[in-house]
Amino acid sequence: MTEITGLLFYLVSVLIAGGIYALLCLALNIQWGMGGLFNAGIVGFFAIGAYTSAILSTPETAKHLGGFDMPVFTGLVGAAIIAGVTGWAVARICVRLKSDYLAMASIGIAEILRLVIVNEAWLTNGSLGISGIPRPFGEYASGRAADIVFLAYVWLIVLIVYLVATRLYNSPWGRSLRAIRDNEASAAAAGKNVEKFRMQTFVIGCAFMGVAGGLSAHYFRFLSPSATDPLLVTFLVWVMLMAGGSGNNRGAIVGALGIWALWSVTEIFTNRLPPEWATRSSFIRMLLVGLLLQFVLQKFRAGILPEKSPPLRFDEEANGPDRKR
Amino acid sequence: MIEFINFYLFPALAIGSVYALGAVGISMIFGILRFAHFAHGDLMTLGAYGVLAAAAVLPFNSVLLVPFGMVLAIAAALIVDKVFYRPLRQLPTIYTVISSFGVALIFRSLVQLVWGSQNQVYGSGGVRPPLIFFDTIRVSALHVQAIVATAVIALFLHVFLSRTKTGRSMRAVSDDPELAEVAGLDTEKVVRWTWIIGAALAAVAGLFAGMDTSAHPNLGWNLLLPMFAAAILGGIGKPMGAMAGGFIIGLAEELSSYPWIGDQALISPSYKTAVAFVIMIVLLIVRPQGLFKGRLL
Repeated sequence: MTEITGLLFYLVSVLIAGGIYALLCLALNIQWGMGGLFNAGIVGFFAIGAYTSAILSTPETAKHLGGFDMPVFTGLVGAAIIAGVTGWAVARICVRLKSDYLAMASIGIAEILRLVIVNEAWLTNGSLGISGIPRPFGEYASGRAADIVFLAYVWLIVLIVYLVATRLYNSPWGRSLRAIRDNEASAAAAGKNVEKFRMQTFVIGCAFMGVAGGLSAHYFRFLSPSATDPLLVTFLVWVMLMAGGSGNNRGAIVGALGIWALWSVTEIFTNRLPPEWATRSSFIRMLLVGLLLQFVLQKFRAGILPEKSPPLRFDEEANGPDRKR
Repeated sequence: MIEFINFYLFPALAIGSVYALGAVGISMIFGILRFAHFAHGDLMTLGAYGVLAAAAVLPFNSVLLVPFGMVLAIAAALIVDKVFYRPLRQLPTIYTVISSFGVALIFRSLVQLVWGSQNQVYGSGGVRPPLIFFDTIRVSALHVQAIVATAVIALFLHVFLSRTKTGRSMRAVSDDPELAEVAGLDTEKVVRWTWIIGAALAAVAGLFAGMDTSAHPNLGWNLLLPMFAAAILGGIGKPMGAMAGGFIIGLAEELSSYPWIGDQALISPSYKTAVAFVIMIVLLIVRPQGLFKGRLL
């Protein structure tokens, strides 16, 4: 019996982390899948969100800035705002750059953010990190029950972001965005303000990445600069989106859950390896994820759920009573 | 003044030569294959560990064992190009960029699998006495080796690119690929040579970077962005420009923490790496063609 409950709670922890990755994937899908913007600095915006939410919601302390003791939800809204504003500043500078250059610039910015987080101890308590970050509804549930509450909380936010992203995708705004992605020159010729659309896309994506960061801080209750390890998060999210199907919001969620499940399940097996191999298991997993990405890129580019443009509704619009322009 | 030369100028030139050697490869790959090679830093790491493996068996100075690192890096680059990059060559280059991200991860996890993730030092690891010139100028022997080696390599590279047929066709492909193809140049051969030279120089750079501190799996990745900055500064597709860019970035990074005004470091040394990124980002916006009129993608 205990084994089954153990397994159940293992599943809960996988689903919580999977939900956070699903958020990141949805955010990246807005930037890359819809807008064609290559953001390689995902972890930077994730970290901003994590630190913002942590600082806003922890009780007052001398160790780092604030402790403003606000509710968790306010913290997450703050995370979205600060990450979005940072994204806006970055986009002001970089959004005109072509894909490869944007990749370099976004990594550079993520790296600068990491340096700030490590070095500015008055703000973030440096390498010692922030502890005692509250969970949402932490006063009503504790222990394993709290995990289930948190699971629901995370997936509620995933649902909201999914609905927003789908609405964006189907809207005229999303249509223009895809037009810009597929053919920038013709979209510009049709009178679309390419730069403005890209800015908006980038900011919206970054804000959602910030929310994901905030949620991870509340989940682990502790935050240190190692959470901003530049490679793994950024890389995993890219693999997830590519495998799930870039341009498809459902694909983003499926990809996030699928790859995260694969990543977690391999952990079970690698933990049973002889000890001299078990210490190296994470490297084997990284190697496999790297190879998986190559496979997806070469043979499986559309992903599990390929992008499907919404149907054109000329008849309905032409005949319907409320003709919209 | 002497302190400036000993503790800032020579280390700056040494790290600059590491950047220069790495940036040449990045610039050439960018110019000829038209994508930003994000696995170049990890190619350096491979080169550094190749020498480390050879040094464990052979009782020579690590600098003399650099061919082992080169061979490992060249083999890795050619295999990766054939298996992972070539199938994507007809697609938009961004797919190759994403693929090179994955390759970076593959290289790093291989290094960690084979050699573990701890720091490793070359040879005995003891502190060697610095070379002393004119009684006052003290330079570590390694820094002199790095600077001299880079100068010699720059000379050879210049001769190769301007005098040999292969070198000239490389420049032709970099300047105008369609025209080069129409003129009957063997593009595949040019691509192969690009990887060979890029990887060989990356191995040298990796060795010097590893010997300066220690070899660890993130060695190359941490140097990647300054090298991109150097390649852009010098102008994409301009190997000599990339060399100059490497030294400029190295100098800018190290000298930014010199107490130019008052007693305090101008920029705290912990933000040293940010200097290169800021230069890179400013360049990308203001002058993406670099100092020497490189190509624009």
